[in-house]
Amino acid sequence: MATAPALPGGFELPLEPRLPRLGSVDAVGLEERALALSRRSIKKGAKVFALDLAIRAMDLTTLEGADTPGKVGALATKGVRPDPSDPGVPSVAAICVYPNLVPAALARTRGTGVKVASVATAFPSGQAPLEVKLEEVRAVVAMGAHEVDMVIDRGAFLSGRYAQVYDEVVRAREVCAGKAHLKVILETGELGTYDNVRRAALLAIAGGADFIKTSTGKAATNATLPVALCMLETIRDVYEDTGRVVGMKVAGGIRQAKQAVQYLVQVHETLGVAWLTPDRYRIGASSLLNDILMQLRKERTGRYQNPDYFTVD
Amino acid sequence: MTETKTPARGADRAPIPASWDYAPAPEARDIVKIADRYGLFIGGKLVEPLSRQRYTTLDPSREEPLAEIAQAGKADVAKAVRAARDAYTKTWSKLRPSERAKYLFRIARILQERSRELAVLESLNGGKPIRESRDVDLPLAAAHFFYYAGWADKLEYAFPGRTPRPIGVAGQIIPWNFPLLMLAWKIAPALAAGNTVVLKPAETTPLTALVFCDVVRQAELPPGVVNVVTGDGRTGAELVASDGVDKIAFTGSTEVGKAIQRAVAGSGKRLTLELGGKAANIVFDDAPLDQAVEGIVNGIYFNQGHVCCAGSRLFVQESIADAVITKLKRRMSTLRVGDPLDKNTDVGAINSKTQLDKIRALVESGVAEGAEIYQPPCRLPERGYWFAPTVFTNVAQSYRIAQEEIFGPVLSVLTFRTPEEAVEKANNTPYGLSAGVWTEKGSRILAMAARLRAGVVWANTYNRFDPASPFGGYKESGFGREGGLHGLEPYLRLEPR
Repeated sequence: MATAPALPGGFELPLEPRLPRLGSVDAVGLEERALALSRRSIKKGAKVFALDLAIRAMDLTTLEGADTPGKVGALATKGVRPDPSDPGVPSVAAICVYPNLVPAALARTRGTGVKVASVATAFPSGQAPLEVKLEEVRAVVAMGAHEVDMVIDRGAFLSGRYAQVYDEVVRAREVCAGKAHLKVILETGELGTYDNVRRAALLAIAGGADFIKTSTGKAATNATLPVALCMLETIRDVYEDTGRVVGMKVAGGIRQAKQAVQYLVQVHETLGVAWLTPDRYRIGASSLLNDILMQLRKERTGRYQNPDYFTVD
Repeated sequence: MTETKTPARGADRAPIPASWDYAPAPEARDIVKIADRYGLFIGGKLVEPLSRQRYTTLDPSREEPLAEIAQAGKADVAKAVRAARDAYTKTWSKLRPSERAKYLFRIARILQERSRELAVLESLNGGKPIRESRDVDLPLAAAHFFYYAGWADKLEYAFPGRTPRPIGVAGQIIPWNFPLLMLAWKIAPALAAGNTVVLKPAETTPLTALVFCDVVRQAELPPGVVNVVTGDGRTGAELVASDGVDKIAFTGSTEVGKAIQRAVAGSGKRLTLELGGKAANIVFDDAPLDQAVEGIVNGIYFNQGHVCCAGSRLFVQESIADAVITKLKRRMSTLRVGDPLDKNTDVGAINSKTQLDKIRALVESGVAEGAEIYQPPCRLPERGYWFAPTVFTNVAQSYRIAQEEIFGPVLSVLTFRTPEEAVEKANNTPYGLSAGVWTEKGSRILAMAARLRAGVVWANTYNRFDPASPFGGYKESGFGREGGLHGLEPYLRLEPR
């Protein structure tokens, strides 16, 4: 078994007998808290702050079989300058694509500060031999991706082979070390319980994840407010026990500005303003960007504009 | 705000904002029309008090007057009781039960329709956050009427083998912490069972009860079935002493409850009392900690701690005490204290000057006795009655703050080592209204629930209410149950068939 770079307090090997004691989650209480936080009323200046942050923290994403260099180029251009009519609108954090599209994304973002993230490790299922998965990570890092979004092997996790899940994260981390940030996708929609979400999050963090991420966007259930809250609370526990900072990424199904604000309120009231930065928080999305631009323009002009005034990329 | 201990891996390139302040989000108060002065609601009409006395009711968050309220005297109470008796004998007891149900369903629906207006008024007059009056008080009040409306024509099924008959006129005295909800808890079962009522709202929070009179009018309830007499404790005493009343139902302090019990002794009047509490909220080492902390916060800071079943004594297993207290303090720092009408407010104003003084005195005693006090940094408004969320650690069982009901946002934390000790300490109080148990272990929940001397035991949750669930106390927390099937019994004579 590989050794880990950093462990939450009291987290020693072997993992299996320890895992059930790593804290539990009460589903009813968690969902109630998430619901209560989603009802915060965020208006005016506070809303503009949140929308601006949501853009700066956005991984603008396209993950389709039909993706082409042309499509990715257009998306990357939009990510660099989301609203050409308003120079006050910031760039997104990163463009998130499949491995083959990394060069196309890099070509349009070079020198802009916008990063390129690539999914890897047999995304979205993770059901491939470890060597194949690691080779994919090596390839995207070699192509110049700044960030790697890997998936955990849910099959291994759900059959109780936690050490395997952990090992894979450690190995991917070794490949990325010093060259790319590692985001670990838990695919929470397939984990079944919040206890499992917490365990998977701890495994990923122990294995060396820079970020933990909710979903691939390809499962029936993607990011939800309670799942995200559960992960944030796990990050908080690790931080308070060890001082280790882990970032959070929500992805899948976040299409409206209002949802983005709800996710940011969660972060704010769970981890504080220290996590309100793209270095620690990301929102993976595609159509969300235009809804935010529309809301921002409404805040600026007092009127909603026809959607045709916002580019479809 | 969380301080950064170590930077994220790699250089931080984006700045961390200093703060994210939410802009004010006040609920509009113009939906509420408050009259300058109110009379008494007797026989279906708002009438001038024969006493000719009035007092001023306040917005406790601003210390501003809202309206002039009638102080009902002996003659007023007698008149209201007569109106209730008339309505009982002439109309209400003669109606078919399904007709009674129809009126209750109407009231429930009107409460839903007017819920925003009533929620705003509840927050204005009582100081509670609009988030709570909107999401808890109003939905539950309507739910109580719906629930008991359903029972009105099914009483014989509710009590098999016996013939249920109404009692007559019920005198009902309610507290200021959940004015409209307590009104619903009282009036809905009484009317469903076929009684008529004279209700006395709390002195400081009469306004929603007075608007409820308009709801009653809108529902075309026969005149005199519901009567409302406002005033202070003297009005309540007149109602308790009134010969025409067959039953007294009281929710409030244990001190007043005892006085009422003495007053009705030997009179033949039926009595139910729902009094104070000093509930134990017990957290075991295997509990889901973040949710337990939410439960602790909800247990004691909900409605500024003005809750008889508030989880005011936290018992936490010693092995996790530090972790729980750290999490609790951090969570307290995110509580938003302020304008009750702001939709983001978590903790509102203290209901009255009297209550604020009482909270202050008890908190001072806690400090003097040697407990360690913590209050999160928060800026309290200058005007109005305010008290910051407070937690005491290093509390001994013998301190006043561990014994007496504070009825404010003040939590006392004690520790225990074994389930045995938790039960013993939790039960070591004159009260017995409610308790909470936090553990992942189902068998332990059941074992604790069986041994805790409390009317309600919540498991992995706190302050959760449902009209179908009976509520009431052991020992000095009172007797009789409200809610559920049990809540009908105090309003019925159950004769052998």
